Amino acid sequence: MNKHYLYALSAVIALFLVAYVGTAVLGLRLIFGVLIPYLAVTVFIVGIVYKIMGWARSAVPFCIPTTCGQQKSLPWIRSNKIDCPSSTGAVIIRMILEVTCFRSLFRNTKMRLEEGNRLTYKWEIWLWVSALAFHYAFLVVIVRHLRLFIEPVPFFVRMLENVDSFFRVEVLYDAFQVGLPGIYLSGLVLLAAVTFLLLRRLVIPQVRYISLAADYFPLFLIFGIAFTGILMRYVTKIDVTAAKTLTMGLVTLHPTVPAGIGGIFYVHLFFVSTLLAYFPFSKLMHAGGVFLSPTRNMTTNSREKRHENPWNYPVPIHTYEEYEDEFREKMVEAGLPVDKPFVKPAEEPADSSAK
Amino acid sequence: MSDLPKPEEMLTIDRRPGATGWMDTPVEIKKGIACYAGNPKSLEYTGLPNPRTWSCFDEDWQLPENWQEIIHNGLKERLEKFRSFKIFMDICVRCGACADKCHFFIGTGDPKNMPVLRAELIRSVYRNDFTTAGKILGRLGGGRPMTLNVLKEWWSYFFQCTECRRCSVFCPYGIDTAEITIMGRELLNLLGLNIDWIATPVANCYRTGNHLGIQPHAFKEMIEFFVDDIEEVTGLQLQPQFNKKGADILFITPSGDVFADPGTFTCMGYLMLFHFLKEKYGLDVTWSTYASEGGNFGFFTSHEMMKRLNSKMYAEAKRLGVKWILGGECGHMWRVIHQYMDTLNGPADFLEEPVNPITGTKFENARSTKMVHITEFTADLIKHGKLDLDPSRNDHLNVTFHDSCNPARGMGLFEEPRYVINSVCNHFHEMPANTIREQTFCCGSGSGLNAGEDMELRMAGGMPRANAVKYVHQKHGVNMLACICAIDRAALPPLMEYWVPDVDVTGIHEMVGNALILPGEQKREVDLRLEPLPNVETETEGEVKEEAADE
Repeated sequence: MNKHYLYALSAVIALFLVAYVGTAVLGLRLIFGVLIPYLAVTVFIVGIVYKIMGWARSAVPFCIPTTCGQQKSLPWIRSNKIDCPSSTGAVIIRMILEVTCFRSLFRNTKMRLEEGNRLTYKWEIWLWVSALAFHYAFLVVIVRHLRLFIEPVPFFVRMLENVDSFFRVEVLYDAFQVGLPGIYLSGLVLLAAVTFLLLRRLVIPQVRYISLAADYFPLFLIFGIAFTGILMRYVTKIDVTAAKTLTMGLVTLHPTVPAGIGGIFYVHLFFVSTLLAYFPFSKLMHAGGVFLSPTRNMTTNSREKRHENPWNYPVPIHTYEEYEDEFREKMVEAGLPVDKPFVKPAEEPADSSAK
Repeated sequence: MSDLPKPEEMLTIDRRPGATGWMDTPVEIKKGIACYAGNPKSLEYTGLPNPRTWSCFDEDWQLPENWQEIIHNGLKERLEKFRSFKIFMDICVRCGACADKCHFFIGTGDPKNMPVLRAELIRSVYRNDFTTAGKILGRLGGGRPMTLNVLKEWWSYFFQCTECRRCSVFCPYGIDTAEITIMGRELLNLLGLNIDWIATPVANCYRTGNHLGIQPHAFKEMIEFFVDDIEEVTGLQLQPQFNKKGADILFITPSGDVFADPGTFTCMGYLMLFHFLKEKYGLDVTWSTYASEGGNFGFFTSHEMMKRLNSKMYAEAKRLGVKWILGGECGHMWRVIHQYMDTLNGPADFLEEPVNPITGTKFENARSTKMVHITEFTADLIKHGKLDLDPSRNDHLNVTFHDSCNPARGMGLFEEPRYVINSVCNHFHEMPANTIREQTFCCGSGSGLNAGEDMELRMAGGMPRANAVKYVHQKHGVNMLACICAIDRAALPPLMEYWVPDVDVTGIHEMVGNALILPGEQKREVDLRLEPLPNVETETEGEVKEEAADE
């Protein structure tokens, strides 16, 4: 039985305790509110740059896109420009669809044996739905958080907030508005999607079998982030002004640690810091890697345009001359043309295969 | 074949993984699954390291003393040389979308045949040796040191992958297990760990120009056998040309088509097509005995070996002074030509940009590599009405088409073969959508695995393909499985015999040969297999037909 999730869960619980005890009990607010976030952002940026530069340093010796549609060949055959892109423009469209719509994952099927002997493949959309929901909800949450880092709050953040919390739109002029924050759909979707992805990993036997602790850890961590966020907004109701003082202090490089922010806020911040610092060293780098994936980001016109290999080197080959030297007599006998005339050797061993 | 489990047993295997984690499940090298070790003579001939007699079933694999160091350095080198490899090591999220896309996982139920785990076999070592997190966290971070058991696991599972790329279609990041397997096999080859079904064809190809080791005079003789058979069918004596300098086109096809049925019938189809084009339009096509192999088992050994074997194509085209090269029906041959050849051995500036002299069509998609696929060529001829065809001669065939993995996912060749099939025969039915085109299932024997000793693996791996054939066989009465790959033509007949015994296998140009009306031919009474044609029953006896059909 794969118990990897226990390690990951324990790690996240430990992180929670560290942050909570560190701030609420020991009062190390400067460390958790300033030092660690700065450190995390530094690791995040340097780590990502380092990783991507590492990838970029590796060569792309061959043109190996996976062709998922008809090639461009004869003029009367309609080619599939997106799934078999023969031009850079088409590759860009393929990549945009891959990155924004998870097009490949959209194809997902599930194999089943029916009537005991017939293999069937059904369209399996839930992984795609939950992955898309997860990523877009996360994106919305991140953009919404820009409110805490930019003053005045940019219009698009306000717009997004309005869309995201359409419950509030309806009670905009209501007396309740002050006391009742709008419900942000994104936070709930994020929590739901992360829960689904986690359950999927735990319940489907094959996925559970392949899962490492490193697969559970970010899920538990993000669950923790979303959960503490929601907790602060709807239940413990933290002092948003104080929080913004802290975050604005961070981005303006004049860090201050205002009083009146609860331990949960620091747990939230510590979780986020952990995620940022963990990001470059983990599978979360798929976010960057997908752009560099040679099976997706290359044109399929490899017979039309030569791809250069930077480390192409000469190799030993068996030349035609060597070939003819070995088989000349037989070739002449069989009536095959030869480059050099055959002269019967005087009295030499006939074995010329030794090389 | 007697040791094989029954088809019903194979269908109902348990695909749920066991209770023990995969890292704790030691590898088991099984008879029926594993291929025999490479013959040391073959390794020696091409200068591959560590040639020796060994067996994968032995405890001791007679590895060099410093084998771990060799693997570590080899891994390092390849991480720098191949961005694909490095990225695929880093970005897998183990979502599991690839798991049930692999024909070997569907067929064997072995969890390490899930593409994700096949890659994890290397990734675990990569993490341990090359990443900070892996070094600190060890097993907790999914890393493990390179041990003999790990090495044997690599060997076992990288020779249970046909590099078909089906998983890479579904992977949200395009992670291509073929790429992982190619690297895995390169690393194994550094220790002299190849299988004989690859190592010996490679050595043969290097020496004689083809995998089967057919020497030039014998190659010519074999083609002349086909000429005799064609004479029996058409009454015409064809005169194929060999190693002819100054010909218009050099034709290269897998040597399997010269050697064994039903590829031989496809080969006869080529001969008839070229004869027709010569008689009618004066097109001058030559075969070569030096470049007498389209396939490239070097591709299953290392990038270097692929280049060494592939070099003959351009070298021969240059020596003969042809205008461009035409390539026959083959799978991985076309992956190599389409995605590698120009890069490896180009630029082919001594050749002309391919133009079909009969139709005037410029093959712009082959402008640089200067090699055209025969179904592109034939489809163009048919579209321009340049071939005289009688599709009714294929009326006894009810055809479906198996997209070969490499032309499908490494090229995008889907419509050309279908157009040709629909032009030369009247009864065609597609298999279900999830089993064709870019989602096609492998024959289960590609990338050098079509040996005799791993028949159980091949039958299991080919099961999804066979299952789809069975479906159209039962629904539409399909009796002929067409393909454009020489390995398919070798591997699908036993697969059909095992799973769908009433379906036979053909290359597309066999059907072209049947339908093609050669100038001055006699009235055809038999097809290229010397079986009576359906429309001439009045002149032949009904019983003969039935007997022949049994074969």
